[in-house]
Amino acid sequence: MSATETVTLPGSLADKGGPAQALLIVKDLRKYFPVRGGIFGRRQAMVQAVDGVSFSVEKGETLGIVGESGCGKSTTARLLIGLTEKDAGEIIFDGQGLGGELSPRELRRGVQMVFQDSYASLNPRLTIEDSIAFGARVQGLDDPVGRAHRLMARVGLDPTRFAQRYPHELSGGQRQRINIARALAMSPRLVILDEAVSALDKSVEAQVLNLLVDLRGEFGLTYIFISHDLNVVRYISDRILVMYLGEVVEVGPVDAIWSAQAHPYTRSLFSAMPSMDPDNRTKTPPLSGDPPNPIDPPEGCRFHTRCRFADSVCKTRAPKLLEMPQTPGHLAACHLHDPASGHPKAGTEVMG
Amino acid sequence: MALVETSGLGGITTAHSGYWSGVARRLVRDPVTMICLTILVLLILSAIFAPWLGLADPHKGSMIARLKPIGTEGHLLGTDEQGRDMLARLIYGGRLTLFIGLMPVVLAFFIGSVLGIIAGYAGGLTNTIIMRTVDVFFAFPSVLLAIAISGALGAGIVNSLVSLTIVFIPPITRVAEAVTSGVRALDYIDAARASGAKALTVIRVHVIGNVLSPIFVYATSLTSVCMILAAGLSFLGIGVRPPEPEWGLMLNTLRSAIYVDPWLSALPGLMIFVTSLCLNLLSDGVRSAMNVRD
Amino acid sequence: MTEKLVDIRNLTVRFKGARTVYAINDLSLSLKQGETLALLGESGSGKSVTLKTLLRLLPPRRSEIEGEIRVNGTDVQALSGKALQSYRGGEVSMVFQDPGLALDPVYTVGAQIAEAVMRHKGLRKEEAISTAFDMLQRVHIPSPERRLRNYPHELSGGMRQRVMIALALACRPRLLLADEPTTALDATVQIQILLLLRDLQREFGMGVIFVTHDIGVAVEVSERIAVMYAGRIVEEGTTHEIINDPRHPYTRGLLAANLHDIARGERLNAIPGAPPALEEPPSGCSFAPRCPMAGPVCRAGVPDFVNLGPRRRVACLRVDPVPAE
Repeated sequence: MSATETVTLPGSLADKGGPAQALLIVKDLRKYFPVRGGIFGRRQAMVQAVDGVSFSVEKGETLGIVGESGCGKSTTARLLIGLTEKDAGEIIFDGQGLGGELSPRELRRGVQMVFQDSYASLNPRLTIEDSIAFGARVQGLDDPVGRAHRLMARVGLDPTRFAQRYPHELSGGQRQRINIARALAMSPRLVILDEAVSALDKSVEAQVLNLLVDLRGEFGLTYIFISHDLNVVRYISDRILVMYLGEVVEVGPVDAIWSAQAHPYTRSLFSAMPSMDPDNRTKTPPLSGDPPNPIDPPEGCRFHTRCRFADSVCKTRAPKLLEMPQTPGHLAACHLHDPASGHPKAGTEVMG
Repeated sequence: MALVETSGLGGITTAHSGYWSGVARRLVRDPVTMICLTILVLLILSAIFAPWLGLADPHKGSMIARLKPIGTEGHLLGTDEQGRDMLARLIYGGRLTLFIGLMPVVLAFFIGSVLGIIAGYAGGLTNTIIMRTVDVFFAFPSVLLAIAISGALGAGIVNSLVSLTIVFIPPITRVAEAVTSGVRALDYIDAARASGAKALTVIRVHVIGNVLSPIFVYATSLTSVCMILAAGLSFLGIGVRPPEPEWGLMLNTLRSAIYVDPWLSALPGLMIFVTSLCLNLLSDGVRSAMNVRD
Repeated sequence: MTEKLVDIRNLTVRFKGARTVYAINDLSLSLKQGETLALLGESGSGKSVTLKTLLRLLPPRRSEIEGEIRVNGTDVQALSGKALQSYRGGEVSMVFQDPGLALDPVYTVGAQIAEAVMRHKGLRKEEAISTAFDMLQRVHIPSPERRLRNYPHELSGGMRQRVMIALALACRPRLLLADEPTTALDATVQIQILLLLRDLQREFGMGVIFVTHDIGVAVEVSERIAVMYAGRIVEEGTTHEIINDPRHPYTRGLLAANLHDIARGERLNAIPGAPPALEEPPSGCSFAPRCPMAGPVCRAGVPDFVNLGPRRRVACLRVDPVPAE
């Protein structure tokens, strides 16, 4: 999928940095939410939803983000699209920093999002046509209605039959197609799909995944695909980013991570997938207990409370995200992979 | 569990019809609501067209024809303590009573909706300021608050309107705020914000349509209370001033005649009772007609 | 005691209302003592309605139920009053998808389990509390004596689901109904709960009907799988048979949609369309409109089951009697 010669959606932002420039660079993104309580609503604690997250997304690539509830993947998405104000960090879109050369309004032309709940993300009182055309109208793009009709046809819903209908008259799969059309009506270059297929039935999910793959090729789109389903993420992504309690623990090409997970947490996540082989079912759960609360996360490596390989150094010092020597582009934040970390088993192949 | 997931396969969905036509269809099928609506419409029409109904002069009394019983020749519903025709006074009285019984809710509906939608959509400090202010008014029972404000402003129609409007703004604001914050949390609001729309555009296109009907339904349920409060203020002598015909005031002035002719003196009360009952039942009917989702 | 723990014959469930919904259409199903069966299907397939019918949880005014349901020989439809109460919770109990909604927020978890045991087993309070303690231990809740005094909201999602299971099993039911008990949980927690249910089933020897939409989950917990579509069972067999030799085109489509071993970027062989709306009784194969193999004969009548072996059946006219390659 080369980013240079693809057709873009009409009216989308011009490519500024050229193909070598990453479409999105995120540096040290941070967001803490105060937990208020008591009579006067005083701040009791901080939820460290996103804490020092950095990554980049190349043009035309799909980055999959996985992790469990409370890992900060949805907050990251909301920060990227400006629905939540960031506390600290930089968001650089096509070489332009948000808040500097790039205004939030321009960012919204470039980045759009599809939400998990297909029903809640459509206004029940607006017709399908009005819902899709709303953004284009707001942004002053030409011919919002024509745009809406063309996109409806493109996502597989005949505009003559569906344009004047209301969301409750559609099935879940059809509504999610409408949500995709609505995002595309803004001519974005980056689309964030936040569990966009998770609520759909399996047979419908496959249809929508096919559609997403087609649209990506056709319009040269870049995706950030957030999901808890590793199979779906593997199918659609070029690279995977794994989050745990607000931090990135591992990131790398899909195939590299699929064949050898570097971080013990990623390993556990993969082992927790149902086996799909009745003769060879899972014998022991890879982890015990639930993910800890992102209020007051553990010191040091945040995973050390559940990690089989945890050592004293893991309780005190947070590991850095380092590149695996064998596979370029594959990074993990674990003392096991840092010979200088002081972990007694560092550098050895303990995970097997 | 949603029993039916509408299929898209053959597009087998019910023919699309607007939301309001569905509401109207359900209303028409509800006999109680329709009866109440008919009574209210008759009351309002007769109040509006009172001068053309060939009634006696509601202000013209007669010292000899005082407290004539119901069914007296020339005075179908009798006469009051000053010999004025009761039928004329009741129908003319509907003008003022309905006006000061309904107008404050209408005004409070607009003001309260605006305040509540702003508080609910903006959240944070704006919400705190608006809602805490509203809570102060909420701390008093509505009857006391209305009496206190009217007492301070003095009797008169305009002052009654003002005090009753102030009484009904807080509850409507509360409901508007609650409904708006609920809608505010939905993904379609986020999607609209993510398209770069200004707050006012988001409110106009996506919020108002989805919050107005529950606020409206709530406001209609307040009309009967407002009717009774307005009549109560007049009854206490801090509302409409005599000799204007108004049901609450009539109830007051006929109070002493209760031993002479209890039926006659109960007539204004009966009017208040029937009107507020009809308003209540109508509001219930509207609510259930608007709630049904198919 | 009969050999069949659950025996459902020709069950039909219709919901009356503004429009009629044909939720279950002529469903027959049996479960042996100590067996684990997964009811696999998508939303609207009737899998949850089947469970609710078994526990008599459907609203009686709005639902019309025909057919026969026997659990351990008892006619479930005929139960009422005391007998129904001891059947629910004593003979049969249920684990729900959302333990946050199924547990009572104003009682401690210990009190809830103890109350159920006292009601169904007639134990005294001290005995009931020690049973509750024992149950929390069996579902591997750390420091159970402390957890007995916790309220549901003080526990994490996975912990609440363990409590729900402890509550369901405290009276040693013969049949456990599980309605998507792991769908709301994180992956690493889901597998813990699945393995726990598997172990407890073996330990207690009870029959389990496990409703899920996730084939992977079904494979982990069940010996047998019945695939449901539009209120009917379309295929039934051992887990091994369903996974390795699916015969119904719908089962095949579902397996393909699991993306378990799909190459990256390869076009998915998706089932087109969406499930039917169930507003009228089926006149032919409900899957025919989405089926690549369907012909006029499929639309002419509801297909009967083809028996491929003992307790192995598939409702498809196009099924080939010999195994596919």
